Amino acid sequence: MSTQSYSVIGTRPIRHDGADKVTGRAIYGADFQMAGMLHGFILRSPHSHARIKQIDTSKAEAFLGVKAVVTTKDFPEVDGGKMVDLGEGDMPLAYARGNVLAGDKVLYRGHAVAAVAAVNAHVAEEAAGLIEVEYEVLPCVLTAPEAMTPDAPILHEDLKMKELGEVTDKVSNIAEHFRHVIGDVEAGFAAADVLVEREFNTATVHQGYIEPHNTTALWNNDGRISIWCSTQGSFVVRDSTAAILDMPVSQVKVTPMEIGGGFGGKIPVYMEPVAALLSKKTGRPVKILMPRQAVFEATGPTPGSYMKVKIGAKKDGTITAAQAYLAFEAGAYPGAMVGPAGMTVFAAYDLANVLIDGYDVVVNKPSTAAYRAPGAPNAAFATESVVDELALKLGMDPIELRLKNAAKEGTRRADGPKFPRIGCVEVLEAMKNSEHYKSPLAGAHRGRGVAVGFWFNIGLPSSCTLNVSADGSVNLIEGSTDIGGTRTSIAMQAAEVLGLKSEDIHPTVVDTDSIGFTAVTGGSRTTFATGWAAYEAAQDVVRQMKERVAKIWEVSPDTVEAADGVYKSNGYSMGFKELAARIGETGGPVVGRGAVNPRGVGGSFAGAIVDVEVDPETGKTTILRFTAVQDAGCAIHPAYVEGQMQGGSVQGIGWALNEEYFMSGDGRMMNSSFLDYRMPTALDLPMIETIIVEVPNPGHPFGVRGVGEANIVSPQAAIANAITHAIGTRLTRLPMNPPAIMEAIWCQRSTSRRS
Amino acid sequence: MPKVYIPALLRNVTDGRAEIEVEGATVRQIIANLVTKYPGLQDRLLDNGRLRPNISIAIDNEITPLGLMEAVSPSSEVHFITAIRGG
Repeated sequence: MSTQSYSVIGTRPIRHDGADKVTGRAIYGADFQMAGMLHGFILRSPHSHARIKQIDTSKAEAFLGVKAVVTTKDFPEVDGGKMVDLGEGDMPLAYARGNVLAGDKVLYRGHAVAAVAAVNAHVAEEAAGLIEVEYEVLPCVLTAPEAMTPDAPILHEDLKMKELGEVTDKVSNIAEHFRHVIGDVEAGFAAADVLVEREFNTATVHQGYIEPHNTTALWNNDGRISIWCSTQGSFVVRDSTAAILDMPVSQVKVTPMEIGGGFGGKIPVYMEPVAALLSKKTGRPVKILMPRQAVFEATGPTPGSYMKVKIGAKKDGTITAAQAYLAFEAGAYPGAMVGPAGMTVFAAYDLANVLIDGYDVVVNKPSTAAYRAPGAPNAAFATESVVDELALKLGMDPIELRLKNAAKEGTRRADGPKFPRIGCVEVLEAMKNSEHYKSPLAGAHRGRGVAVGFWFNIGLPSSCTLNVSADGSVNLIEGSTDIGGTRTSIAMQAAEVLGLKSEDIHPTVVDTDSIGFTAVTGGSRTTFATGWAAYEAAQDVVRQMKERVAKIWEVSPDTVEAADGVYKSNGYSMGFKELAARIGETGGPVVGRGAVNPRGVGGSFAGAIVDVEVDPETGKTTILRFTAVQDAGCAIHPAYVEGQMQGGSVQGIGWALNEEYFMSGDGRMMNSSFLDYRMPTALDLPMIETIIVEVPNPGHPFGVRGVGEANIVSPQAAIANAITHAIGTRLTRLPMNPPAIMEAIWCQRSTSRRS
Repeated sequence: MPKVYIPALLRNVTDGRAEIEVEGATVRQIIANLVTKYPGLQDRLLDNGRLRPNISIAIDNEITPLGLMEAVSPSSEVHFITAIRGG
């Protein structure tokens, strides 16, 4: 556990953007205005799978107030096979472009087909309704198991299955089948005293960010494109837009506006290239706001999945083998998050025999995107449910069973590498020793469940600049979208190095022309990587400040020591602020620079303890108590760490109990509004209790691991386990909503009567 | 000599071998020496001489941002793993 003492790190200063946010002065994309601005509207497919035979835009173009209409034909001709990086890995340009404006087929209901720019949004919407699209409607396929059958409708005639690393000649909805192997799983199962094997299904769910997607684009007379939008990664928008429009990246500038949530869903581009094309045609800025229905139907939810997990153990609880079959829905284009699911499905355990098969399957739903620890919650739902059942069969405490088999430093992961220093055991110990777990749970139809989960976290490049002001404050320039308080968590790391207060640092998130490349705010990387860039920039400032004070004192810079913001040498002493007032006379501006592409990423384990009560008459589950436990490495700002843990837990609760894309047979989402897509509110939940564990990441200057994702991995399974203990039967399908629970109870009663 | 761990997906081009000791002071040299013995690895790992974007290199259990240019010591473990991003 962390024993390091800091001045700023670990404190809870008020966030730098707090005043703007609570007074409504923060500028979001929907607030953005420009002189002469037009408004766009995107026409979307009413069909989940259809061939586009013809698009006639003439009536829309003739409509009063319409300035331009675009379709896929307005894209420049390029090599569609070229791979482009969209922030979550590479994909063929044809797919990236096809998801922005459909080519010869629409692949999901809501797929963008054409767009209109007009004098206002109402005219644009009405004119879009005048666009005549002739479709040849095709049969659709909506789940991975159905899409994998030999006679399933094929989405992409050019998609050839990659089987265990090799591209085959087989045209299929299965984009890829991969496998991880350790040891001999059959021998492991043969050595087991107890075996548990279950099948699981999870529904498609959406991140549910409050702020819909929005964008404004101006294709200027000099050929440069400026974009103002809500995004988790301004450089990703720049690079994606440039690739889709076949432009050099230097010709695109992206200004990230404030963001109202993303959780992974605001990494891909959807409307930016379209707005740019409309601006090119009109010579005026074009703004497009995405309606909520389109957010559900046409952006990237997380995959629905079908899974089978089998685990065997000896009587003493030692797990002898584990096997997983994971089939994930990618949506319309390949790229389901089944890869990370395969890498995390047994990550919490030290196993000698493992076999994991994963399938990336396209279906007629929107193209999936990342969502907090993408893929891991689905997988953990399956594994942690089976481990709970194993504990029941063995008569063991479920945390003790997990501790007996827990992954630790040196454990070889199923995908090959060994874990560095990790906090799986420490998280489980904190769960076991918590007041919550030690407290009794009495009452009928009540149950307690636990589960544990893992997310890797990532590194990737970040940049930071620090400008010292004459009053001793420091302006911090960065390129990371601030979703969860990262302005402050980054500023605090600079303040710690400089010996200043958090309030002395003034962070600003700037456009892509004004800072070095910075990867997405995602993968729990921002406090880790951009914080590290700030650390490096602050070290650069300290070095320069030593040189400046050395000139004043006429000593060698090597003799100057700096600690807690005070510079000393040969009996001289000067504080940072006093020295800052004299930087002009000692050589001019002091600008610190930090640019990193760090290694040393530290994965995070998190666990959940949950008490539920199930109403056996209605099937309603009430969360009585919920404790989230997570290894933060080093909690830079504990309140923000707790906020991430609570937010991830609440999203996990919604995923477990209510949320799903409720689909009609023809691929229509029937609940595409926040009224019908039931996310938990504060009224549905108790206070989410938090326990921060700090096993410092030896790979980071302050021990940071990143805390944005691992917290959503375990709630679904913990709740499933709690419901099992409350009603005496196990649910293996998400969401575990009242109809599903009533069906389970009725099935159980029916079985009991028969026996 | 560095030890290269071959993931299950690549073993069909390494005669089923899961661990191979290969000479090389950088990842690039190691892959070049591997390809000499197992030519099928060339296209599976590289695209126009660059590491395929869906692959990350882990040296001694740590993902390296330097990819092919990363230095490797004689006692190192080298892994080819799926590139991870996040939400």
